[in-house]
Formats: sequence, C-alpha cells, structure tokens
Amino acid sequence: MDIFWIKAIIVLVIFGLSLVVAMYSTWAERKVAGYMQDRPGPNRAGWGGLLQPLADAGKMFFKEDFIPAQANKWLFIAGPCLAMLTALLSSAVVPFGDTIIVGSDEVQVQGIEVNIGILWVFGIVSLGVYGVMVGGWASNNKFSLLGAIRAASQNISYELAMGLSLIAIIMMTGSLSVRDIINTQHGGSWNLLYQPLGFIIFLTCAFAECNRTPFDLPECEAELIGGYHTEYSSMKLGFYLFAEYINMFVSSCVVSALYFGGFNYPFMDKVAEALGTDATGHNIATAIGFGVFFAKALFFVFFFMWVRWTLPRFRYDQLMNLGWKSLIPLAILNIVVTGIGLMFEIRWFSWVAVILIVGVALVQAALKPKAARGILEAAPVR
Amino acid sequence: MPITADKIWYILTALTLISALAVILVRNPMYSVLSLVLTFFLLSCHYFLLNAQFLGVVNMIVYAGAIMVLFLFVVMFLNLREYREETKNNLTKIGAFVMGLAILGAIIASIRRLQYPMPPSEQFNIKTGYVETLGDLLFRDYLLPFELVTVLFFIAMVGAIIIGKREKGERHF
Repeated sequence: MDIFWIKAIIVLVIFGLSLVVAMYSTWAERKVAGYMQDRPGPNRAGWGGLLQPLADAGKMFFKEDFIPAQANKWLFIAGPCLAMLTALLSSAVVPFGDTIIVGSDEVQVQGIEVNIGILWVFGIVSLGVYGVMVGGWASNNKFSLLGAIRAASQNISYELAMGLSLIAIIMMTGSLSVRDIINTQHGGSWNLLYQPLGFIIFLTCAFAECNRTPFDLPECEAELIGGYHTEYSSMKLGFYLFAEYINMFVSSCVVSALYFGGFNYPFMDKVAEALGTDATGHNIATAIGFGVFFAKALFFVFFFMWVRWTLPRFRYDQLMNLGWKSLIPLAILNIVVTGIGLMFEIRWFSWVAVILIVGVALVQAALKPKAARGILEAAPVR
Repeated sequence: MPITADKIWYILTALTLISALAVILVRNPMYSVLSLVLTFFLLSCHYFLLNAQFLGVVNMIVYAGAIMVLFLFVVMFLNLREYREETKNNLTKIGAFVMGLAILGAIIASIRRLQYPMPPSEQFNIKTGYVETLGDLLFRDYLLPFELVTVLFFIAMVGAIIIGKREKGERHF
C-alpha cells in the first residue's frame, strides 16, 4: 500500500476518534455531574444512557434553525464553522503512538510530524478565538457581544502564560517537535517530575483556553444570559458546545504528551522485547502505547469534568489578576530557575521555584490580618 | 492526477490575492478585518510551502492570532451604522490615492531591480527554514542586532504599561 494512503487512514482515524470522544464526553460529563450530585444522570436511552449523545444529535438537527432578523447572516453561520474548524485542526501534530510497520514502510501514528509541532498547536489555539468572536458579534445582541469580548480578552491573556510555561519544557528538550518531547521522556523521566510548576500553569491555562469552569466567564449565565451563543439554536449551538469538548480532548492529549510521557509507560522496553522486533510485535507494542496515551488523555478529560463540578466560577477581575499578576510572573520565574538548573545540569531544579513560592505564600498568609485570609483574594481595595 | 507543490502554489496564490483584495474592496470593516486574518493565514501557508515552518507558525501566532484579535476588538466596539461615510471627504481620498501610487511605484522599482539569486537545487539545504538554523543565525552571527531589538521591544512594553496605567483620581470602570 502506498504510504500516502496509510497516512490518510491514520488522519481519518484520528479525526473520527476525536469526534467520538467529544461525543461521549457530553455523556460522561452528565454522568460525572450526576455521580457528584448523587443522582443517576442520563439513563433512559440505551444501557446506562449510552445512546444519549445520538439522541441529542438527532434532537439538535431537527430543531428549528433560527437566525435573528438583525443578525449578520453569513458571519452568524461562519461562527460555529470556525469554532469547529480550529478545534479539529490542532490535533494534527499530536503523536498518538509510536510507529507502525506496514510492509516495508514505517509510518508514524500522527497527522504530521513537523519540527515546530507545539507551536502549531499554539497557533491554532490563538486562531480559535475567532469562532467565538465572530459568532458573538454577528448575533447583534449586547450579551453575545459582551461574552465574545470576554472570551477574546481571556484567551489572549492566558495564551501568554501558556506560552511562557511551554518555554521551560522546550528548554529542557531542545526541540519544538511534540514527538521529540515525548521521546526524551522515555524510561519514566516524565516532565511532570522536572516541571511541576510549569505543569500547573499549563493546566490552568488549558482550562481558561477551553472556556471551562472555573474560567467559563464567556458563557456566564448569571451575568450574560448565555454568553456568546445566546442567539444560537439547533445544531449551530451544538457545534459550539461540541467544539468545546473537542478542544478539551485535544488539550488533554497535549497535556499528557508534554508532561506525562505521551505513549511511554513503565517497562515498555521489556514489553516490546517480549513481543519481538518483527512487524506484528512492533505493531502490537505501538497499539499498547496508543492505548496508554488514550488512557492518559481520557483521565484529563475526566479531570476537566471533575473540576467543573467541584469549583465555582471566578469573578472577572479575579480571572484577569490570576492571569496577568500571578501566572505570568510565575512562568517567568520558572523559566529563569529552569535555566539555572540547565546551566548546572540539575534537571529537577524547578522544584526550587515551587518550594520558594510555597514558602513565600505561607509567610504572606501568616503575616496577613486574620479578616483578610482566604484562598481567593478579596475585592481589590479602592 | 498527482497534486504537486506548484499546483498548490497557484491555488494558494489565487486565494491570497482574492482575500488581500477583499481587505480593501469590501465595505463592511468587519469583513475587511476577517479577510485580513485570512490573508495572514494564507501567507503562513506560503511559508509552510517554502519549508519555513517556524516563520509560518510565528506569523500565524503573532499576526493572525494576536494583532488581528485586537483589530477585531476595536471594530466590534464601533457602531458600524453611524461611522459609515464620515472619513471619506475629498482630501483623504486624494491623499490615499497619492500614497497608494507612491507605494506602487516603490514596489515596482524594487522588483525591477531585484535579481533572484536562486541557488542550484543540489546545493539547497532542506534545513534552511528550520528553527535550529534560525536560532544559530540569531544567536551567533546576529546576536547584537537581535539583543538591540529586544531592548526596543522592552521599551515599547514599558511605554504601553505607562500609557495604560490608571492615574490617581482618574475614573475607572
């Protein structure tokens, strides 16, 4: 078989998988919510409600597709399209597994392997805000516009901290390719162990970029009715919600690739040895790695839901203060400390930054008057 | 029918020209901004086609992702129905015409002078556009200019913060 067709099949499989995972994330979200709130969740359609996503899709497609009279018709349609497009593009560079051998060709289980992989994800994420902004503006509704503006400023703010937290990883790996980053984590030396602070910053920013609780202020229904998708109905609304779940899945994949070793797992060399080095053995080993990667990614999808049903929403000024005044300085500190560590060839040196910050925070909390104590800062003194 | 790089180039160039023309020809500023975003994206695709992946993706992040979002921000705040014909008096029209003509002349003059120093294809290094090559160049051969540019950026950043800072007694929202 031509290598082109093998690659095309891999791309299609990745495309299909991200759609299916996003679809069942909507089911899992309600199941998790149900479990946390002590109720069964969806359980009518199919066993354990497993057909619920299909029922929802059917309902979404058959509802009236309403476009407001004063809305800009083309941009109103373009909004959800852009959101879906950018959500699906970013998984192109994520390596889902090692290589598979077909005939005499060795093909990587990945859309495209480029030497700027992680920057591609970053670039697509920065384009992702257009879907929300265009849709919110085209609705010709004050609340939609406010939601869109909130989304845009939130995404721009958290992109900075996200990029800065990535730089520490890139410094340690010496490559921008996601596959290289995964390969350097081979043998249990996961980046999480060396970059704890970077991981926390990255994860927080991923929540903000996906507009997930506690940072879902663009669709804050208590203040904005429904946010940027107030005017949307039918499958257009469905696409907006769906894009959010795809983004969630892709960012979970990126987190597990960058910090949790991707398709690496303990004793993988021994497993590969036992399976043999011929094509079948190699492919089975790759399949196990693929499964491990998926398990890690799905855990983070679950983590997104876990946080959503645990934490309340931030206030908007708290969100901005956290992004600009806490996460960006912390990320810069992380870069400097990692740089010092690399100079003396101590890989775990980033822990020094963690200890430093925790120490400073404890001292600050101890020195504060009792009335002002709390995890979240009180309203700024005016 | 195999898809070759030069066929992709023709399609891409046609799309780029159409979207670039749309920036200046459409009436609605919102469409104009969005076509500018599309133009930047297509220019990034051109860079990818030339194997300058780093340049392409940085162009995408900085221009299409960051700067154009701010443009869109400003346009979204304008009430488009009121601001329609305000800035189009004869003086600005003549000024724009003269400026456009001057820039066109400059571009044509520089293109006429340009000679394409195409290296023979066997000497072509596939890693020319890679980030490693770029880093080597920036931090070895052009270190001083690079550092001076960073100082310039730093000054701009400080200036922006000072302009944006709220002064005492000023009303805030």
